[in-house]
Amino acid sequence: MTTRSYLDHAASSPLRPQALVAMGTALETAGNPSSLHASGRGARQLLEEARESLAACLGAKPAEVVFTSGGTEANNLALLGGGRPGTAVAISAVEHPSVDGVRGRREDVRVLPVTASGHLDVTAARALLDDRVGLVSVQWVNNETGAVQPVGEVVRLGHGIGARVHSDAVQALGHVEVDFEASGLDLMTVSAHKLGGPVGIGALVVRRGVEVVPSGFGGGQEARLRSGTVPVALAVGFAAAARLAMAELAAESARLAVLRDRLIAGAVAAGGVANTLTPCGPAIVNVTFPGVRADDLLLLLDAAGIDASTGSACTAGVHQPSEVLLAMGRTLADAGASLRFSFGPGTTEADVDHVLAVLPDAVTRARAAA
Amino acid sequence: MKILAALSGGVDSAVAAARLVEAGHEVTGVHLALSRNPELYRSGSRGCCSLADANDARRAADVLGIPFYVWDFSERFAEDVVADFVAEYAAGRTPNPCLRCNEKIKFAAVLERGIALGFDAVATGHYARLERWRDGASLHRAAEPDKDQSYVLGVLDAAQLDRCAFPLGDVAAKPILRKEAAERGLLVADKPDSHDICFIPTGDTAGFLNDRLGTRSGDVVDAEGEVVGAHAGHHQFTVGQRHGLHLSVPASDGRPRYVLGIDPVANTVRVGPKEALRVRSITGIRPTWTQGAQTGSWRGLVQVRAHGEAMPATITAAADGIEIELDQPAFGIAPGQAAVHYDGDRVVGSATIAATAA
Repeated sequence: MTTRSYLDHAASSPLRPQALVAMGTALETAGNPSSLHASGRGARQLLEEARESLAACLGAKPAEVVFTSGGTEANNLALLGGGRPGTAVAISAVEHPSVDGVRGRREDVRVLPVTASGHLDVTAARALLDDRVGLVSVQWVNNETGAVQPVGEVVRLGHGIGARVHSDAVQALGHVEVDFEASGLDLMTVSAHKLGGPVGIGALVVRRGVEVVPSGFGGGQEARLRSGTVPVALAVGFAAAARLAMAELAAESARLAVLRDRLIAGAVAAGGVANTLTPCGPAIVNVTFPGVRADDLLLLLDAAGIDASTGSACTAGVHQPSEVLLAMGRTLADAGASLRFSFGPGTTEADVDHVLAVLPDAVTRARAAA
Repeated sequence: MKILAALSGGVDSAVAAARLVEAGHEVTGVHLALSRNPELYRSGSRGCCSLADANDARRAADVLGIPFYVWDFSERFAEDVVADFVAEYAAGRTPNPCLRCNEKIKFAAVLERGIALGFDAVATGHYARLERWRDGASLHRAAEPDKDQSYVLGVLDAAQLDRCAFPLGDVAAKPILRKEAAERGLLVADKPDSHDICFIPTGDTAGFLNDRLGTRSGDVVDAEGEVVGAHAGHHQFTVGQRHGLHLSVPASDGRPRYVLGIDPVANTVRVGPKEALRVRSITGIRPTWTQGAQTGSWRGLVQVRAHGEAMPATITAAADGIEIELDQPAFGIAPGQAAVHYDGDRVVGSATIAATAA
């Protein structure tokens, strides 16, 4: 096999060529967007055009888009400063570490359980929410399983108790319909490199009138919420990639959904158990192969030219059992025996066929090595 | 061949992998995570399981352009090496955890996993030579006697050796290897060698054992059974040890005293003069053979510690072990250590020392 199959778009999707071109032009523009002279104005114009363009993609107003260094920083800002002061925070049990980590930073953090399919258990969530909760944060699409969470229901529940509602939409943007205004959310996180934009930029979308306490201090850029010189070229690249992703959304999500179902069916035939269950996004497939070490399967697929992932965190390169799958009630062994394949614009049927050709033998070998 | 190269993060294993790449093998690097609570950094020559070491191994693989993975063997290591180490001390013996790791982890658990995944062999940066024959391989001392590590590989059997590669067996001197590493752009070229037991990064073996076995005071007695001192736990002592005895009753002849034996049941440590450490016969159990078991009696060379001398001896196969008669007496041989025996520079086999006699 001469060409590699890159099936790890949920980790980082390759930069779209149009984003690269747009960034190249922007990088040649001198000036700090906060400066008042002509060069500064030129930079600021590029930045604000990017902001307006991205806002249109998100269904938000330009003033609601606060650029950050990425999804992690945006989630941190929301979780540390987005709630009503002195109140509890409620998060789902399957959040990304940049949300989940609030458990170590705030005292009263309530964890809303999920069902075996990885979706928020709305009945259980309702029982855990009361008027002491000032912020509810539930992701839009899960980064490991692709599960689409009932964001509308979460907004109703959260607003019903007077809380603000945040959603990490990093894995949603570009794959499912995201409309900030229509969602009713108060806060939403997005990231550029998951949809073919550059690494190093994301945004927190803050509904007008919602106060967020900054985590850092400095020159007061980005609505005084996120100080630091804004990287204009990255913002331009983000907007360019988002525009393309939005233009392609309907066709791409339908195309990738076919590949997703095909990969799931083939993986199940190779002895796998699907963890990606409806409702789910089109771009993520998570499968447990009972009796293997996920690391071994990754090694064998890597050697066969396939880039996949376990989807969960590493400690010093040692793969840890997936907290998301554990929260879904999987055993420790199964949580350490699961792989994630994730799709993007370049993913083709040939990539899926490549995986399905390699998988049966790889699973057999990995079982023997376990 | 498809070879799994164990990369510790040190210079030796990096050059070993580099040599295999240059020889045209399909090499995959793997770093073994052995510690459950790895230290962030390593200080000097201490320890070998830190996160910084894993990163050094990864960077070596980057330079060589080979795939790299970290394999978590911390549970197996805790059970098969660390727990055994503690249990051996508790039983009054002096184990060698490096041999145990080679026998149970590197050339067993790791090798089996590698073979199952389709690799042909496991390579390490040990200094030893492997000569391949049509029907197997023989293990020999390294070209450079000061760096020779054939002793710690002496526990391997024919099936294991058949699946091993030791590319550094012909290295003439360490500075040459460091130069070779620098020429290849390996960033670990100047990294200090590691010496201590990797899972005791502080070097405080007694403290490590105290934490796991507790302290229990007992008597230090002389050859006649007279109490000449007290100790806080027999596991803090090794046969042949002279320093740190803190004896309260001076020796009648004023000469230095050594640990002669440890009785774990009575919790006593027996001390006496150096000549009482004299050993001519060694009983070895749990024998291993690099090319199949030998029978009868034969002449050979015996080594009882990692950098000990090779002592001429007559070796006799016994029911479930070997009996060794040294030509010249040796001093301070601790039960629990391995006796590795050679035919010239070829490793014949090993056994765990169970008992010694004058």
